[in-house]
Amino acid sequence: MEEKNTDVIQGTLDLLILKTLSLAPLHGFGIARRVEQVSRGVFKVNPGSLLVALQRLERAGWLDAEWRQTENARRAKFYTLTKAGKKQLEVETEDWTRRAGAVMRLLKAEG
Amino acid sequence: MSLWRHVSRGLRVLTHRRATDQDIADEVQHYLDQMAPEDRSAARATMAREHVRSYGWENAIDQVLVDTRYAARRLLASPGFTTVCALTLAVGIGTSTAIFSAVYPILFEPLPYPDAGRILMISDRGAGGSRVDVTFGTYAELGARSRSFSALAVVEPWQPTLTSRAEPERLDGQRVSASYFRTLGITPRLGRDFDAADDRPHGPNVVLVSNALWQKDASILGKQITLDGDRYTVIGVMPAGFDNVVSPSAQVWSLLQYESSAPFFRDAGSHYTREWGHHLAMIGRLRSGVTLDAARREIDDLARIPTPEFVRPSWASLADGLTVHALQDDVTSGVRPALLAILGAVLLVLTIACVNVTNLLLARGVQRRGEFAMRAALGAGRARIIGQLVTESLLLALLGGILGLGLAAIATRTLVALSPPELPRVDAIGINGSVFLYAFGVTTVCGLLVGLVPALQNTANLRQRQPGQQREQREQREQREQREQREQHEQREQREQRQQRQQAQQPQQRHQRHQRHHSIRKALVVTEVALSLVLLVGAGLLLRSLRSLFGVPPGFNPSHVLTMQVQDAQSRYAFFTRALDAVRRVPGVTSAGYTSQLPLSGRVDGYGAHMESNTRTDESGDFSALRYTASPGYVETMGIALRRGRLLDEHDIAGQPHAILVSESFAKRNLAGQDPLGQRLRFGPDTVWSTIVGVVGDVKQQSLDGDETDAVYNTTSQWVWVDVKQSFVVHTQGGPAALAPAVKAAIWSVDKDVPIVQIATMNDLVSRSEAKRQFALTVFEAFGLAALALAAIGLYGVLSGGVTERLREIGLRSALGASPSDIVTLIIRQGMTLATLGIALGLFGAIVASRAIASLLFGISSLDPTTYVGVIAVLLGVSGLACWLPAMRASGVAPLIALRTP
Repeated sequence: MEEKNTDVIQGTLDLLILKTLSLAPLHGFGIARRVEQVSRGVFKVNPGSLLVALQRLERAGWLDAEWRQTENARRAKFYTLTKAGKKQLEVETEDWTRRAGAVMRLLKAEG
Repeated sequence: MSLWRHVSRGLRVLTHRRATDQDIADEVQHYLDQMAPEDRSAARATMAREHVRSYGWENAIDQVLVDTRYAARRLLASPGFTTVCALTLAVGIGTSTAIFSAVYPILFEPLPYPDAGRILMISDRGAGGSRVDVTFGTYAELGARSRSFSALAVVEPWQPTLTSRAEPERLDGQRVSASYFRTLGITPRLGRDFDAADDRPHGPNVVLVSNALWQKDASILGKQITLDGDRYTVIGVMPAGFDNVVSPSAQVWSLLQYESSAPFFRDAGSHYTREWGHHLAMIGRLRSGVTLDAARREIDDLARIPTPEFVRPSWASLADGLTVHALQDDVTSGVRPALLAILGAVLLVLTIACVNVTNLLLARGVQRRGEFAMRAALGAGRARIIGQLVTESLLLALLGGILGLGLAAIATRTLVALSPPELPRVDAIGINGSVFLYAFGVTTVCGLLVGLVPALQNTANLRQRQPGQQREQREQREQREQREQREQHEQREQREQRQQRQQAQQPQQRHQRHQRHHSIRKALVVTEVALSLVLLVGAGLLLRSLRSLFGVPPGFNPSHVLTMQVQDAQSRYAFFTRALDAVRRVPGVTSAGYTSQLPLSGRVDGYGAHMESNTRTDESGDFSALRYTASPGYVETMGIALRRGRLLDEHDIAGQPHAILVSESFAKRNLAGQDPLGQRLRFGPDTVWSTIVGVVGDVKQQSLDGDETDAVYNTTSQWVWVDVKQSFVVHTQGGPAALAPAVKAAIWSVDKDVPIVQIATMNDLVSRSEAKRQFALTVFEAFGLAALALAAIGLYGVLSGGVTERLREIGLRSALGASPSDIVTLIIRQGMTLATLGIALGLFGAIVASRAIASLLFGISSLDPTTYVGVIAVLLGVSGLACWLPAMRASGVAPLIALRTP
């Protein structure tokens, strides 16, 4: 099972977090679960990397963090996308699309 | 916004470490609680927590704080070691800071005027390129013709007597053209600057005063004061920080009010006027956009090409051109070589101090190898241990730096007290911002340097896990946690195997390590010895120069001679004559006289004159000589030798044929092969001829190493004027200083309003004339001794450490039959090899360095064999002593040690 998992590609974790949070505020595990679900298990996020990334994005001003009650009445730190975060998401999305397109073109050209 | 978040979040972590840690722990816990049970583990939680915790700039600071606390504990744990290191560094940092505080404002800092680099000093060029004061005529011509300057000013010394107070007081001052302060770029802090309209003959009597003078009497502004019997109105006060580099002791300034047409001599009929006397210093401020070179070229052209409007006499023809220097160069050029030599010396001391502490830290590092190995085994990377060690040395340096600043504060005051009179800008010497910055910089560099070598050396070959890489790879590793643990287990096994193998090799390896470690320490000791040799050779050369200087016959007999300068603003011949009579009647006085200039007093009064016939090839017959216009009895009182003819006496008075004495060198230079007696010379084309009646020995006027001794002597009543200032010389039976009050009283019995200054014995003047060299020598001696002590301590430390490490070997040697004397020889030979190597290297350094102080040497070559041999002997002796102590200890090692030491 572990051989099929893929590390999140270096540098895309930020994009995945921003995108996930653009739908709704979530706590750390919620983000990880959604990334894994939506990617159908292709991406597996490890807690250390994710939480550090959240700290970094928070300090960059793209996320706000807040302790809140979860639906099962536990305390958890929820992250919300800020206005700057939305702008950053657009920038990173565009950047990703451009790169991915380039990679695809290269692959097709070779094939 | 994001910067703000970075700072505020980081600060919150630093100030609320526990709360933020809890925050992280809660978040990680919440995360793990929701994971599948098989994915959870305590290790995973810890790793994630650590990972999150390690994010942020604040962790770097945190680490520094932790390191600093640990370093402080380590230093406190060995107070003796810490004290020795800190004191050694304090000596290095303190002395170099003190010297820097003196050298920086003089040599490197711009003068304290706006745009000071644009202020130039312009001098006439005399024979041999020497700088000569300019004439007012030249100033007037340049002012009219030159386009390079936005302001030009001339200034001459002025020493008026202030008589409005209870006692007559002689002030130092300057007579300046109205543009003087404007040229410097300084305005009075109170009142007003001079008005150009007032700078005319018979203009209003106005003065500016220094802040110090104003502070003595704050009501002085706007009032009148009496200077030399004339009333002057105080129109302004200069700022407190005004540093008048042209004449630092000046307290009053008045206008030159130059009367160009006043006769040069008071004799009627002379058509040469005062404006052609070389007695003014000229400064100029460059117009913006004009470079120094351009100004030089323009001034040169002006000098070479006269115009009809500006007629020049032959002695101010500017035929040799004018010299233009930055004012700063002009002010500092005299002391520059001495200061640079001292700066070099102090850097050597600093280096030796650093080398010594490096050596101590190296030795200590050996004792701490166990500690490093332990920390490495616990996962500290080499970089981390080096960081820790450098933090320790930085803390040590900081301690030394703080002590050093205290030392510098004391040393700076001592330096100022010892400083030779020609040292400019003494007021600027002190601990200030730039000095503080220097001390801080030096401290940091020292801390890094002394820490880095031992840290690198002592952490080499540490067997460790590689945690630096561990951290980088943590993400991946976390993924493969299980596998990693398995691997780690294997690694551990491998490591254990490796260790077992290594333990088998260990003795050999340890030996190699010690070998290398020791060779570094030896190299450092060799360096120390070499550097101290350089310093000691410098000190030795200066000492021998001073000895040979004081061995130079000054041309007079300084013992039992008291001197003082008496000033009579009205230049009354009768007063000086009566005062001299009064002095001669004082009990204990055997003879007395006075002169217009006193040898080695700092004044040099040269004079242009003309020979009736002379043997020199240049046809002009003009020459310059020192002029001593003196009372009869002056030459006798000073003990100046009469070589031929007769001395001047009471019959050589006005109305009699003018008689004159010349010095031996004068006669030789200007009248070679002729009998000087009976030859005639005169000063200026229209004056009376004087006949040479005697030849006297040469006298050093400017300094003992000077050779300008061409001189003429005549009597006051046969000279064209009576000098305002006369130096009385009094030969006494007993100690000359004791008679000063009686002599002063005798002069004041004739006129109580004349100031008497510069009271000194002739012996004082002789030793003071070499103050600059004496100063350099004192500093070099102090530094040389410090260097010698440090080198000896270093040598002792290395040998004594070597003995401790070689106890087993030494024990074995004595067990195998080596006698105590064999062992003493062994250790001493080892130490002396190092010392000899250091001396050999130092010789090269000393040969190069002594060339740098060549201008301070006198009478000996910079390769003076006596100095070198003496210094080498001293170094060998001290090194021998430093070797002897560890050698004695080694000879006492019992053979049994060989068995007991593992």
